[in-house]
Amino acid sequence: MESVTGAIAFWILAVAIIGCAVLVLTVPNIFHSALFLVGCLGGIAGIYILLNADFLAAVQILIYIGAVAVMLIFGIMLTQDVVKSNVSNHYRIPALGLSGAFLVILLTAIFGTNWQTQSPSTEASTGSIADALFSNYILPFELSSVVLLTAIIGAIVIAKER
Amino acid sequence: MINDVNLNYLSPEIAMVALAIIIILGDLVIKNRQLLTLITFAGLLVPVMLTINLWGTTGESFNGALVVDQFALFFKFLVMFAVFIVILSSQDYLHRFTRYTGEYYGLILLSAAGMMLVAGTRELISMYLALELTTFSIVALAAFLKTKESTESAIKYLVLSAVTSAVMLYGIVLVFGLTGSTHFHGIAEWIGNSNVSSTSLILDSGTLGDGAIGFIGFLFILAGFGFKVATVPFHMWVPDVYEGAPTPITAYLSVASKAAGFAILLRVLYEVFQPIQPDWQLLIAVLAVISMFTGNLLAIVQSNIKRLLGYSTIAHAGYILIGVTVGNTLGQSGVLFYLAVYTITNLGAFASVIVISNLTNSEKTSDFIGIGRVAIFPAIVLTIALISLTGAPPTAGFIGKVYLFNAAVQSDYTWLAIVGVVNSVISAYYYWKVIRIMYQSSGASTDTSGDPNGNRVSASMNISLGIALVGILILGIAPDWILGFVENAVAIVQTTYPTA
Repeated sequence: MESVTGAIAFWILAVAIIGCAVLVLTVPNIFHSALFLVGCLGGIAGIYILLNADFLAAVQILIYIGAVAVMLIFGIMLTQDVVKSNVSNHYRIPALGLSGAFLVILLTAIFGTNWQTQSPSTEASTGSIADALFSNYILPFELSSVVLLTAIIGAIVIAKER
Repeated sequence: MINDVNLNYLSPEIAMVALAIIIILGDLVIKNRQLLTLITFAGLLVPVMLTINLWGTTGESFNGALVVDQFALFFKFLVMFAVFIVILSSQDYLHRFTRYTGEYYGLILLSAAGMMLVAGTRELISMYLALELTTFSIVALAAFLKTKESTESAIKYLVLSAVTSAVMLYGIVLVFGLTGSTHFHGIAEWIGNSNVSSTSLILDSGTLGDGAIGFIGFLFILAGFGFKVATVPFHMWVPDVYEGAPTPITAYLSVASKAAGFAILLRVLYEVFQPIQPDWQLLIAVLAVISMFTGNLLAIVQSNIKRLLGYSTIAHAGYILIGVTVGNTLGQSGVLFYLAVYTITNLGAFASVIVISNLTNSEKTSDFIGIGRVAIFPAIVLTIALISLTGAPPTAGFIGKVYLFNAAVQSDYTWLAIVGVVNSVISAYYYWKVIRIMYQSSGASTDTSGDPNGNRVSASMNISLGIALVGILILGIAPDWILGFVENAVAIVQTTYPTA
């Protein structure tokens, strides 16, 4: 992100992501909230592209926009009552204060930290991710298949009638 | 590319997952439920044998992501024991969902595989996935009854565990971003070299060190564990989930899930964050105190036995946190011993609750009047289990508490021990109230003995009640063998990464 164009692109994306995130919470129609969420997730995919994380960007688009967001929209459309109303409650002010305080603490800590940084590599990342998954991280990789199996079995049992 | 893979170290978990798949597939062809149960018990011997086979081994595999030591093996045995008793005591409960017997056993075994892995992992991503494996299976199992309460409990558990998982993942990301490693030894090395301390965050806000963000990450990870072991700020799910879930699953959740949570809590605190112990020791002590008081005081007003035992497990998480706070060999082995005691006691209590509430058709403690004369054996087991939970001799709970409180006193945490004793006295009130109700003479409900539904107690139920009773008394009268074992087990964790 050394170049000026990179910096400009980053700030445009950053503003878009935060704007979408705020709109997700504030628009009255929950269907519109879901659409703004798609914008938010897409912006994050853009940041991944800026960081040369091509594989991550593709996965972000495929899974979060392609699968999660679409499922969310289906869920909203199939649940009649929630389409029109965005549920609101009395905790708006305390929640705002709490998350504001949390943001301040986190930002102070983040800016006070010496992060280990390195400039993003210019090579395609898919190969090195595959190498890591099948060597150093083979245990979590295999484990995730068992987790998915469990989720499928559980979902089937819950969905079928008694 | 793949170096350092020793499948032998992973064999108990592999056997567990394989058994789960065999049972679920076998359910398609085997129509006889009894046979399926028998196959489950026979198959359970395989992971047990494989764990015995690893006995005395110490080593790492998968580039340090998986560790085999006495500490991990202790918890693997504890989880498998819990699975055995839970499946035994499910026999009088299964008629509520006969159609899904295979999936029921399968999900319990898959969850057990997750818990066994939690105890033996030294890498954050594997740890997270193993915890999720545990949670997903339990969510599905909680919904098995398909009643309103059961579904509600599953949804509550799912949503709250998703939130805490997200918090924990964020913590993992922060720690990884700071240290550049997801492996415990990498993080421990970084902390040892950097000399960080969170006190810079609290005392000297002008100069924030690297410790600040690391400590926030640490707190987030701690929140994830707090949910698993049900300590106070993260306990809100306990009563509703315990009440709505099928009783055997409540028992399983209250012992095995908690044991796995404490296993990873001890390992992370003392293998990774040992150098900053002064920063978190008081925090854990405070969690212990508020967990004990909240659990015990709220348990007093409960009228449902499952909710009562739910609040009691929160209090017990508090007692165990005393040992976590102290942390030396005495404290840590106290934690392991108390978990063993607590596991067998709570399994006994829930098994008798299954029998008694089958008889009375109610989970209200007030409906247990006179049950001591109708269901003699279950009532005796419940009585002994409740005495053990109080911590009175000659039961296991007494030795467990003496051991924990002694560890606290020896390490200048006398005030924690005093709080623990005070809480034990409070807890005696509501535990013994249940005992008194059971032996009260009020002819009103004794006629349930002539219930035409034929609520007789199955042999397997009696076996699990018997094992629990014998276990509580043996651990209470002759605890030496297991005490020697737990002291060995924690010695390994303590010496793995000497502090820098």
